[in-house]
Amino acid sequence: MKTATDPGLAKGPGPAAVPPAPGARPRRVPLLRVLPLTPAVVLLLLFLAGPIAYCAYIAFTDLQLTGQAEDSFVGFENFTTAFGDDAFLNAVWLTLVFTVISALVGQNTLGLALAALMRRASKPVRTLVGGIVITAWVLPEVVAGFLLYAFFRREGTLNAVLDWLHLPTQNWLFTLPILAVSFANVWRGTAFSMLVYSAALNEIPKEITEAAEVDGAGGWRRMWHITLPMIRRSIGTNLMLITLQTLSVFGLIWVMTRGGPGGRSQTLPLFMYEEAFQKSMIGYGTAVALLLLVVGSLFSVVYLRLLRTEV
Amino acid sequence: MPRTLSSRRASHRLAADAGLLVVAAAFVLPLAWVVLSALDPHADLRVKLPDGLTLDNFDAVMTPDITFTPLLNSLLLCGGGTLLTVACAALAAYPLSRFRSRFNRPFLLTVLFATSLPITAIMVPVYALFVQVNLIDTVEGTIFFFAASQLPFAIWLMKNFMDGVPKELEEAAWTDGASSLQSLVRIVLPLMGPGVAVVTVFSFVMMWGNFFVPFMLLLTPDQMPAAVSINEFFGNRGTVVYGQLAAFSILYSTPVILLYVLVARRLGGGFALGGAVKG
Repeated sequence: MKTATDPGLAKGPGPAAVPPAPGARPRRVPLLRVLPLTPAVVLLLLFLAGPIAYCAYIAFTDLQLTGQAEDSFVGFENFTTAFGDDAFLNAVWLTLVFTVISALVGQNTLGLALAALMRRASKPVRTLVGGIVITAWVLPEVVAGFLLYAFFRREGTLNAVLDWLHLPTQNWLFTLPILAVSFANVWRGTAFSMLVYSAALNEIPKEITEAAEVDGAGGWRRMWHITLPMIRRSIGTNLMLITLQTLSVFGLIWVMTRGGPGGRSQTLPLFMYEEAFQKSMIGYGTAVALLLLVVGSLFSVVYLRLLRTEV
Repeated sequence: MPRTLSSRRASHRLAADAGLLVVAAAFVLPLAWVVLSALDPHADLRVKLPDGLTLDNFDAVMTPDITFTPLLNSLLLCGGGTLLTVACAALAAYPLSRFRSRFNRPFLLTVLFATSLPITAIMVPVYALFVQVNLIDTVEGTIFFFAASQLPFAIWLMKNFMDGVPKELEEAAWTDGASSLQSLVRIVLPLMGPGVAVVTVFSFVMMWGNFFVPFMLLLTPDQMPAAVSINEFFGNRGTVVYGQLAAFSILYSTPVILLYVLVARRLGGGFALGGAVKG
């Protein structure tokens, strides 16, 4: 049945090999060619573009979860409420702290350090360390949350280790919840940066680093003057991607602290969830979601520009 | 000269090994907790040697209610979602990889843009939308959303893998009268087996570990996948039995770790990144 649809293709070389002159071919051939795209496009339009458009709509309404006959258009009210809402500003601040500590500083630096060290380390150590770090990354988000919940609890492993070292202990999830979840995110996400940087470092020609080594440049100078400039594109890409991943972390924090205590680890996704479902303010929650989406899109556009030559 | 260089290398290697092992020690502690606690009859929250090895924790959680139904639900959701994703991505990648058109670039850029959108942010509107169209609390609705959210990255990966398959073989098939669909299914996909495996495994692993999507879109406890049902250990059962929680965590995590090992061994380290992050 499908054979009849491609009569033009049976003749001569594939169309990609010889780009057709504009207008030389009948119009229906390109139409048939994009036919295989339809299932994907339909799914994406209905379940991805649809919700985004709907998001942009209900962010401007006062839609609530229960006990409301009809929602009405309220303009920018949700947004003005947000910027006057201490809980929202707190969530923005915590999101910033979380992203900077866990992604930009933690995952990025540790991932680069691990990748650089692995190039020099012996093979068994490399395999062992790689295996452990990647396991932390492959584990389901909720499981990672439980493991680190146990780790940071008052009676957990971290305090046991600190005790053993005769260092002061504390109830981490209560005194420094945002720091605990940030470290949790470093634990879970570092493998990604490590893999990106391992790939990038592998592409640096050996001659260059060897020449510098023979010339007497030490490890730090080689890193600063040769390695980092040569992988700067990977650094940009990596920073963008881990920032975007970190902005949408929900399960990890939810399992560890539920955003608490008293909202002290409530990043934007958790704030959005609480407003929409625990307080039933879907419209308001969506307005926050839209802001998150806009920030994400801006990062996404920067990321595309970094990759410009690749497509 | 070469001697000092090589001896310097040897000491560098020792230093690198030591540094890596310190980091690994910190990373391994939470993992050690889950393994040791699962085997410990009196597990608590800290890493310690078990009071005696036992499989009682596994015995206790291996019931239909606690383990089998949620894992089966996970399999249904993630298997369905993955099949849909891979099928749609393979179909979509074919024209993008094989035919030149001025729509390819904008389409691929849109796909790449969608890849990095924070899906978490749209879950509230998705929930509201699903309530309106009666897809809330349905397995098929959740599968559709899973597929749609994974599709951009799957298309992007699939297209890059497909570009690596030479066109000559297909051209021979075309002259023999094969249609595009036939040459895709019979020639291109078999030739890019490892690529298809990567997309499949990656999509499955992402869905298997996803908590927020089923947490929002499903309501009935009987339909919940393991990612959500694991929270029951904290909720209704009174005091948390950490040994059982650990045992369940291991049962739930093992499939994705095995899948990762399977694919990573064939394709070397950062398998899923090769096609995506060429920075």
